Amino acid sequence: MANIKRGISLYSWHQEFYLRQLSLEECIAKASELDIRGIETLGEQMFPGYPHLSDQFYEQWNEWMKNYNTVPTCHDLFLETKKYKSRLLSEDEMIASVKTDIQHAARLCCQLIRVIVITPPSIMERCVEFAEKHNVKLLLEIHAPWTFSTEWIVQHLEVMDRVKSPNLGLVPDMGIFVKKFPRIISERALRDGARERFVNYMVDIYNNREDTTNLPEKIESIGGNGRELTLARLIQRFIFEDPHKLVEYMPYIKHIHGKFYEMTPDNRELSVPYHEIISALYEGGYDGWISAEYEGQRHIQDVYEVDGVEQVRRYWVMLQDLIDKISEEQNHV
Amino acid sequence: MFDRYLICEDGFQNVAKGDEIIGFRLNVRITYYRGVSLSAIEGFDVTVDGKSFPREHNLFSVRGRTYTFVELQEEGKERWELGEVAQLTVPLPGGLKPGPHIIEVLELLRISYLPALSEGLDKKTLILAG
Repeated sequence: MANIKRGISLYSWHQEFYLRQLSLEECIAKASELDIRGIETLGEQMFPGYPHLSDQFYEQWNEWMKNYNTVPTCHDLFLETKKYKSRLLSEDEMIASVKTDIQHAARLCCQLIRVIVITPPSIMERCVEFAEKHNVKLLLEIHAPWTFSTEWIVQHLEVMDRVKSPNLGLVPDMGIFVKKFPRIISERALRDGARERFVNYMVDIYNNREDTTNLPEKIESIGGNGRELTLARLIQRFIFEDPHKLVEYMPYIKHIHGKFYEMTPDNRELSVPYHEIISALYEGGYDGWISAEYEGQRHIQDVYEVDGVEQVRRYWVMLQDLIDKISEEQNHV
Repeated sequence: MFDRYLICEDGFQNVAKGDEIIGFRLNVRITYYRGVSLSAIEGFDVTVDGKSFPREHNLFSVRGRTYTFVELQEEGKERWELGEVAQLTVPLPGGLKPGPHIIEVLELLRISYLPALSEGLDKKTLILAG
């Protein structure tokens, strides 16, 4: 029996934080008001000074969790392999960096870490014991344009199969299931100077699942301008994986990023088929959080007021409806 | 992604050293969705009324400390945080004339998971007080 818990990644509200419209505490309070209990954070986004945070910070954090009746779910790890221009980080430096993230997650009292996809499989393997000791799971993010079957991910899965630690796993981002190209992105391209016939042509290619491997070259060859080329390159970073893959990979999945681009006033997401996703999660018996992850702000901020709080509210109205419907159907079977 | 917030509306001024005006200063914010190590900043190209001031000569200051282009690349401890206002100082003997100026800033960041540099670009008309 599936058990889906209501979460948010505070990534959803990074623009409000950036513009000092919401503080970290206000973000937590807003989530709580929306009856969202699980809080996922990016240390490098909303915790100035990360990773050198004071004891007082962690005390304050735990106090907020208690006061707002929320729980920390996941910390998002970034690995700066290209931190220095002249050289890549050594393996030992990467391990030290991941261990710092593990200690931070433990101090936040959260048990999950989103590991950025570029992290080498060998680093996961070499950090898992430390993670076990701190009761933290290292979850590799499956993020477009990568998907479960990408060679790099397959290498990670091989390590997971061999190590067999409950502290390794995956966090798929629902942005791998973009069925229809988000209209807020094509509309932005039009506002930025892309011509309608080029935009429609490219969106059709995406929506019809045609190959986008040489799309920028193709657009260039038919006289596309700079904005049209930018859109062509952006489209290449979008993918539509079959949501049923979630069932197949369920043994590895320990957390979910609920990516979405636009929630309409009647609570629909136009590009990601959440009914198929929730069905798959029920079929696979998913037991865990979905962290709402709003990513529309950057595409609309030029002409619209960004309201991430309202977007996340609508998202959870949609998901709750789907969850209620599907669990009811299952009870009747 | 935060290109439009890169150049701040306030803080545009000439900079003096002793009696001499040695350049001008702008307030800027990051165009990315999280803070970065200063070593990941690949610099800022500034253009004023069509005249370019390339990244190699511009100084970056955050929380009261100033870094040259070369010093930034080596600073792996200090960070530029999300939404935090920093200052760009552009050397220009005599500074700029009072009045409106068309300012362009290109911000370059090295983000480990991206194949190319992250570019933020903003253009604003700012008024230098007389």
